Amino acid sequence: MKKVPGPIHGSTEGNNVMLLIPCPHCGLRDQTEFSYCGDATVTRPATPEDADDAAWIEYLYMRDNPKGPHDELWQHVHGCRQLLRVGRDVTNHEIKAEDPS
Amino acid sequence: MSRYSLASLVRHGLTGHRDWQPAWRDPEPKASYDAVIVGGGGHGLASAYYLAKNHGLNNIAVLEKGWLGGGNTGRNTTIVRSNYMLDGNAKFYEHGMKLWEGLSRDLNFNVMFSQRGVLNLAHSKGQLETFRRRGNAMRLNGIDAELLNRDQAAAFVPGMDVSRNVRFPVEGGLLQRRGGTARHDAVAWGYARGADQRGVDIIQNCEVTGIRRDQHGVTGLETNRGFIGAKKIGLAVAGHSTQLAAMAGVRLPIESHVLQAVVSEPVKPVLDTVVTFGAAHLYVSQSDKGELVMGGDIDGYNSFAQRGNLPVIEHFAACLVALFPQYSRLRILRNWGGIMDMTMDGSPIIGTTPVPGLFLNGGWCYGGFKATPASGWVFAHTIATGQPHALNAELSLDRFHTGRVLDEKGAGPYPWQH
Repeated sequence: MKKVPGPIHGSTEGNNVMLLIPCPHCGLRDQTEFSYCGDATVTRPATPEDADDAAWIEYLYMRDNPKGPHDELWQHVHGCRQLLRVGRDVTNHEIKAEDPS
Repeated sequence: MSRYSLASLVRHGLTGHRDWQPAWRDPEPKASYDAVIVGGGGHGLASAYYLAKNHGLNNIAVLEKGWLGGGNTGRNTTIVRSNYMLDGNAKFYEHGMKLWEGLSRDLNFNVMFSQRGVLNLAHSKGQLETFRRRGNAMRLNGIDAELLNRDQAAAFVPGMDVSRNVRFPVEGGLLQRRGGTARHDAVAWGYARGADQRGVDIIQNCEVTGIRRDQHGVTGLETNRGFIGAKKIGLAVAGHSTQLAAMAGVRLPIESHVLQAVVSEPVKPVLDTVVTFGAAHLYVSQSDKGELVMGGDIDGYNSFAQRGNLPVIEHFAACLVALFPQYSRLRILRNWGGIMDMTMDGSPIIGTTPVPGLFLNGGWCYGGFKATPASGWVFAHTIATGQPHALNAELSLDRFHTGRVLDEKGAGPYPWQH
């Protein structure tokens, strides 16, 4: 998983057709080349054999669902097929430069 | 408050329609209420209405941060149906369908419920078989369902392209004749008027900024119009369920996503039912004004922006012209988006929360509008008695803990797949 370089902006920069996602391997590409893979901050229990129900429920079902900056995973399925970590503001679709991890 | 009737229409006509009273009051919030519903959309207003009507509570308020029905109640594609397979969903939505059938009379307000049928098209033998299975499940739950073959589907929807020489030929479909459409704004207005008549305070432009609680449970709400005490709080805030629940320290299995809809320019009557395209995703009907109202999938990524992007519109527009080539030159008049609180299993959550006195009505995914009457009915029961109604017992928040999830599509815990 590579870090996303920046700064490159999403669809709010004079382009209201679709999200433009900066792929570190292929450059700025259309959203339709990608598959969304959800909240990037969700982590599987490190030692599954020790994880209790609460830990599994948190991992499987509970989400922060922030109204603002959101770390998320996109897979460039119609390009390099790499999984990217992208920071996007879900209130205005602006894609942030920095990889927050 | 007067009843609406032909006589009242004639009487007001004689005075030039200058003497109509507002349909509901605009009261100042009281210091405290027995119960407060947050969210003045269809669900919140229906909940208040049934709390007053079925449970005799009248010291209650509905708080709305904007105006009534200004959220997803005014943004949906107005489709009403109860064609669900799983028991937990089917019985709940069918109760809603029965309420829809008597709603205009019950509310003394014309919600323009039109049972024009909802036809889900199948484009392969396999898909038709899955529809047969769902249709049989519906019938076992006492819900009307008919499986149409290709010729029957073609006869039911004149003008539809059912030729063989296309990418996704129509093989048949599952029809629910009792399904249809209703006037969405009228649903909010009718419930608001009915609730107001029964003493419910409907307070608009009142945004909740915090929920106060002590060791026993909730005590009230911080709002932009001051503190309002409440013994019980019901949340019916659609896309912002996560944020409101977080004010009381409750975490939810929900992601917010944007769902788009568009209407075409108005044309003369061309489509007298609701059709869904099954190979990709489109639902389309024609409004009374003549516009074709249509939508498809959610955009597919977390969003709190009430607008989406063009790929989804292109997707369902392609479905539309594949099915109805004669619509290809229609122009889109308006498009908009609404924020869906997508749950991890695609089914709603109505019930109690870990915080005593706090109740949740949310996670409506795409399906909130048709559920409005049933949702209000069972949410009112849940708030009044502190226990879920039999019809929402399976729609509880703790199903994610017990593992009894209601995953109608079998898509797993990926909200953007439901």
